[in-house]
Amino acid sequence: MMFRVAARLVAILVVVGLAACGRSTPPADSASGPELVVYSSRIEQLIKPIFDDFTKETGIRIRYVTDDAGPLLARMRAEGENSPADLLITVDAGNLWQAAELGVLEPIESAILARNVPPALRDEQGRWFGVSIRARTIVYATDRVKPEALSTYEDLANPEWSGRLCLRTAKKVYNQSLVASLIVALGHEQAEQVVAGWVDNLAVAPFASDNKVIEAIEAGQCDVGLVNTYYLARMLADKPELPVGLFWANQQGDAPAGRGVHVNISGAGITKASKHKAEALRLLEWMSGPTAQYDFASLNQEYPVNDATAPSELILQWGSFSADTMPMSEAGRLQGEAIRMMDRAGYR
Amino acid sequence: MLASVLVARTSRRSTAALWLLRAVGLLAVLGVLAPILVVVFSWSSEQTDIWQHLIATQLGGLLANTLTLLVGVGILVSLLGIALAWFTVMCDFPGRAWFEWLLMLPMAVPAYVMAFVTLGVFDFGGPLQRFLRDYVGQTYGSIDVRSEPTVIVVFSLVLYPYVYMLARSAFLSQSSDTIEAARALGCNAWQAFFRVALPMARPAIIAGVSLALMETLADFGTVAIFNYDTFTTAIYKSWFGFFNLQAAAQLASILLLFVALTLFAERRSRGGRRFVQGARLQHRFRFAVSPLTAWMMTLICSVVLFMAFVLPVLQLMLWALGAGAEQLNRRFFELLAHSLWLAGIAALVTVILALVLAFNRRQKRRFSSVFGAAHLGYALPGSVLAVGIMLSFTYIDNQFFIPLQRVFGMAPTPILVGSLLTLLAAYWIRFLAVASGPVESSLERIRPSLPEAARTLGAQGATLVWRVYLPMLRPGLLTAAVLVFVDVMKEMPATLLLRPYGWDTLAVRIYEMTAEGQWQLAALPALALVVAGLIPVIISIRQSRH
Repeated sequence: MMFRVAARLVAILVVVGLAACGRSTPPADSASGPELVVYSSRIEQLIKPIFDDFTKETGIRIRYVTDDAGPLLARMRAEGENSPADLLITVDAGNLWQAAELGVLEPIESAILARNVPPALRDEQGRWFGVSIRARTIVYATDRVKPEALSTYEDLANPEWSGRLCLRTAKKVYNQSLVASLIVALGHEQAEQVVAGWVDNLAVAPFASDNKVIEAIEAGQCDVGLVNTYYLARMLADKPELPVGLFWANQQGDAPAGRGVHVNISGAGITKASKHKAEALRLLEWMSGPTAQYDFASLNQEYPVNDATAPSELILQWGSFSADTMPMSEAGRLQGEAIRMMDRAGYR
Repeated sequence: MLASVLVARTSRRSTAALWLLRAVGLLAVLGVLAPILVVVFSWSSEQTDIWQHLIATQLGGLLANTLTLLVGVGILVSLLGIALAWFTVMCDFPGRAWFEWLLMLPMAVPAYVMAFVTLGVFDFGGPLQRFLRDYVGQTYGSIDVRSEPTVIVVFSLVLYPYVYMLARSAFLSQSSDTIEAARALGCNAWQAFFRVALPMARPAIIAGVSLALMETLADFGTVAIFNYDTFTTAIYKSWFGFFNLQAAAQLASILLLFVALTLFAERRSRGGRRFVQGARLQHRFRFAVSPLTAWMMTLICSVVLFMAFVLPVLQLMLWALGAGAEQLNRRFFELLAHSLWLAGIAALVTVILALVLAFNRRQKRRFSSVFGAAHLGYALPGSVLAVGIMLSFTYIDNQFFIPLQRVFGMAPTPILVGSLLTLLAAYWIRFLAVASGPVESSLERIRPSLPEAARTLGAQGATLVWRVYLPMLRPGLLTAAVLVFVDVMKEMPATLLLRPYGWDTLAVRIYEMTAEGQWQLAALPALALVVAGLIPVIISIRQSRH
């Protein structure tokens, strides 16, 4: 009697389990050739249109899963040589560097990629390549700050900005890479002084997102901040009269002061475990080409890595800038050191 | 208990049934233990470097923050949950019948959604402070709301329904004559509450509060929106910042140890006490309160409901309207369908497993406390648990399925990871604790004499379960299913990491939007999540009225 009850419960579980397995069986590779699997920490809205264009042009279909780079990387490592992933896409150089360190990315040589992607924006050994540039620079309240008063990232640590600076949290990799670039340009001691100066100048506790930094400047909570340019571009697209201006940092004088704007990349690398390396390379090369580069620029107002492609109309108004030529791999190598520095300075 | 009742006449079949029950129960516990073991094994390598750094810089502050948050949320959810439950069950006030179920609705609002709505409305750049600055005076409009009290209130507003639901059903099942007896013996209303009703409802209340606290402890998304650093901050810093999953897992295991000890202590302190109820009366006794008190109660309920539900929903609607209708495309309904479908199956599976575990625990045999381990899945931060599950399932894939595929000459691909089965497993591993609370406390309330009486009347085995146990367990099972359903809808990290290709849900969409700081665009999926979460809540309320 009781047996029947228990058996029924188990039967339900089994049926549900089978249903779950059955539903998830991947569709067998059909006639249209191989299918690429991409692990992406670029979100669906910012990557799917590019995949769609690629499929339209080449007939190669793409399946993808999006998540933070950390979990995706953990999954790739665990799956090892059996991983279905062909390509890993991240939104920062640090995670690509880490993936390369862990040995899950395949070194490749490609004349196309060498031509399309500047050397500073790719791995020396060809394990990963930048596909779009994200510039992080100074934004200011146009009604309270004269652009002439602005100069460098370091300058924002000076007492004249006391109580006027807004920053995003130090937990965001963009800020970690920026501080890594300070370490490279200024050395440890001076970089730490700059970070401590920033913290002293904060108007309010650091924000959770770049958007909030811009909003705070608009609302008058602070006068200057550091953000990735596309956040401002997006907000300007919605609200052109926004009283927040953009200033290209570190353009004047010799290095280190004139080293240029700190840039990070969204990039990709082919996995060691990939069973479709030729197709994966084709996708990667294609992403550095004109169609995809235009997509990256127009979808999210980022800067193309390929200088043959122009940035979007909206961000052309800010003019061109010279970028810090620190190799992107440094951002990964120094990320831990940058976090320690920010922790010591009390930058949350 | 069940064993002694059901197996009084030991037949071969019921012994087989017991073994089957035990086997499924053990399997469920093993599922929970696997990722936890992965986490614990992280101690196999030393990460002194990161530990030293954390101890030197942040750890003290993080622990203080976490403790303050726990104490604050613990007190506030208890106050709100118990008081509101007591008001709506035991007192008469205007709107009581409405508030009775309306007050459950905030449960459908995910904490991270509540957080970004709160910031949107109350922050320096938000409409309220702008209004104050423009029309009242500069000084009134410059408060930084990203502070400790706000974080505590945000958590409490979305988590109090756990306590409210469990306390309410406990109060409801306390028979009126117990309270009446207390009154007849000279207790006033307060005394009747503190000396009789509250102690009797204690197991349910503790279950609710511990759920709320575990969720707070393991949370990362909500505190991240406020940039409020807790212990999970250190975990994520080790993992995402220092690329050190080992150290992150070590930190997480400390969190786990803390929860395990607390759960154990609670069980110990409750000891063997059991509260057996008198017969249920058809007529419900309620306290008569003065009109002033009654209106005060109405006011309190309205304020809570407004802050925890009406305000966030209105703000989400405003944002969703602002974002435009083009979001309402086919993709959106696909996400909605995935969310509902996953939450539905997960709720069914989890509740069945919780019931199996509860029966197992009632046997009070040696080792039956092992089944208590099933609660631990809820105590780990979602991402850490997700990785633990992913690692253990990959292990099975690599050690078993892949060699098997090789033997049969097939292309080796992982079978489990990235399958729906694994995602469902992740859900029950995480939410067994949620389902166990209501299931166990309703099982505890069944007087032993009832099944005994039924047995003397000739009912046994299946009849006993279907006609005696299940009807009495039904409210508890329903509550459990609703809690799990809503929690699965809101769940993010495991869904992100383990979903099969294309199985994006509303929560995934919200994650993608908030990751880019586009909270306005997250409004429509968030709203859909809330509304879809309301459906089972309302169904269960309708059911519990019959």
